[in-house]
Amino acid sequence: MQPFRHLTPATAEEAIHSLATSAGKPRLLAGGTTLIDLMKLQVEQPDLLIDITRIPDLREIRTEGDTLIFGALVHMSDVADHPVIKRDYPMLSEALWRGASQQLRNMATLGGNLLQRTRCAYFRDTQFPCNKRVPGSGCAAIDGINRGHALLGTGSQCIATYPGDWAVALIAMDASIDTLSPRGTRSIPIAELHRRPGDSPHMDHVLAADEMIVRTRVPASPLGKASTYLKIRDRESYAFALASAAVALSMDGDRVRDARIALGGVATVPWRAREAERSLVGKPLDEAAAHHAGVLAFEGAQTTSENRFRVPLGINTVAQAIMIAKARG
Amino acid sequence: MTESPKFTRRELIAGVSLGLLPAAAGAAEVQTTEPTPTPEGMSVTLQVNSQVHRLLLDPRATLLDTLRERLALFGTKKGCDHGQCGACTVHVGGRRVLSCLMLAKQAEGKAVTTIEGIAGEDGSLHAVQQAFLDHDALQCGYCTPGQIMSAIACIGEGHAGSPEEIREYMSGNLCRCGAYAGIVAAIQQAAL
Repeated sequence: MQPFRHLTPATAEEAIHSLATSAGKPRLLAGGTTLIDLMKLQVEQPDLLIDITRIPDLREIRTEGDTLIFGALVHMSDVADHPVIKRDYPMLSEALWRGASQQLRNMATLGGNLLQRTRCAYFRDTQFPCNKRVPGSGCAAIDGINRGHALLGTGSQCIATYPGDWAVALIAMDASIDTLSPRGTRSIPIAELHRRPGDSPHMDHVLAADEMIVRTRVPASPLGKASTYLKIRDRESYAFALASAAVALSMDGDRVRDARIALGGVATVPWRAREAERSLVGKPLDEAAAHHAGVLAFEGAQTTSENRFRVPLGINTVAQAIMIAKARG
Repeated sequence: MTESPKFTRRELIAGVSLGLLPAAAGAAEVQTTEPTPTPEGMSVTLQVNSQVHRLLLDPRATLLDTLRERLALFGTKKGCDHGQCGACTVHVGGRRVLSCLMLAKQAEGKAVTTIEGIAGEDGSLHAVQQAFLDHDALQCGYCTPGQIMSAIACIGEGHAGSPEEIREYMSGNLCRCGAYAGIVAAIQQAAL
């Protein structure tokens, strides 16, 4: 690990000021479960850590009118085990408890989780070229070991998978974040937070260098109850997704009134499958319709010889998640 | 001729590192507990197993390395050092966390409990320790301190209601000997 200075600001404004005025390579430190790991690997080499975990007002879990509010420092385990979230939004709870381990969920924060970096083994190993880590150096994954790499949203420079689950469930719920920077506050839909690799795969997201997430807003919705986050892995627990699906439904008798479908573990960003959603609305829902939605969700998938098995796996994951959500309606 | 004092390997290492046993250990130079201040050194006060330690640490010091190398608490193990194996599990502020991914500074102001801090004052084993013995829930033992710290928290959180739930909520602790069946049985017993 490279040497760094460690600051513990007392307010978000103070943290932003340090971030904006540092001449070197500052990083915000919250749960540390991604950052400290990547610092040990020399992938991240900040010279200043701005430890925001002492800021008191970023730990709220509350409702404000029709909106659920989660402060940026709320731990994953707090929401996973929250009785109201479990009852009314099973998809949100499942997306959290099916991620990582309880120790990591007790450390990782909801703000940091959104910006979790890829698990691409070439990104994590500085011996290899990686356009995400060193722009212009090349991509070792495209012709390398890429069984876990993305099928959707890929580009010629990067096929790294966005590894998180929480953001996938959140985009299905049309959630947004509030951020703070020296220019003030702004709100960003989470569906617009992450960037596809394109020609700048080193930029994971649209936040400015001096901008921090302060809270997440989830519009309260009757869609939450008939919902699930289904995650398919090499082992049953404590692994990243080979394919996952966040599905929320609103039913009108046996017909679908509204549907939300988002995919995890298969794309370079949290992936909303709008065509698949549209195919369900207004029609009776059976297994054939659910499978058809899965097929639509994976239209345009770009595969490699190693990862093409995840297209049928992903289709089946979407189909099964739809039927689980329906049964909860 | 008097017999020289006997020490276990662990006591010897602990004594040397704390500078407590120069004669017995025959150490030529005594390491002191006071660190050499460096420009980068930062003052950190940790409360570990109810004892308060004032330390001067490199900002890079993880809680794991600090426990082992500065406080001579060797029960907490370093496995992968990347948050993947659970061997370094301790409790901070009453929650189980991975001490390898937590900077020591981040544990300041919170009670830290390690495997050395769970037995009764009279030395009696914690119920989870006893259950691990009863069920042979270990072979080599390297993962065991992390397993036990995780298991105590798993029960405390209310996530030990069934073998399936125990497996899910203990999945962050790997055991390469494969003592999982015993571990699940031990936690079921201790959760009663």
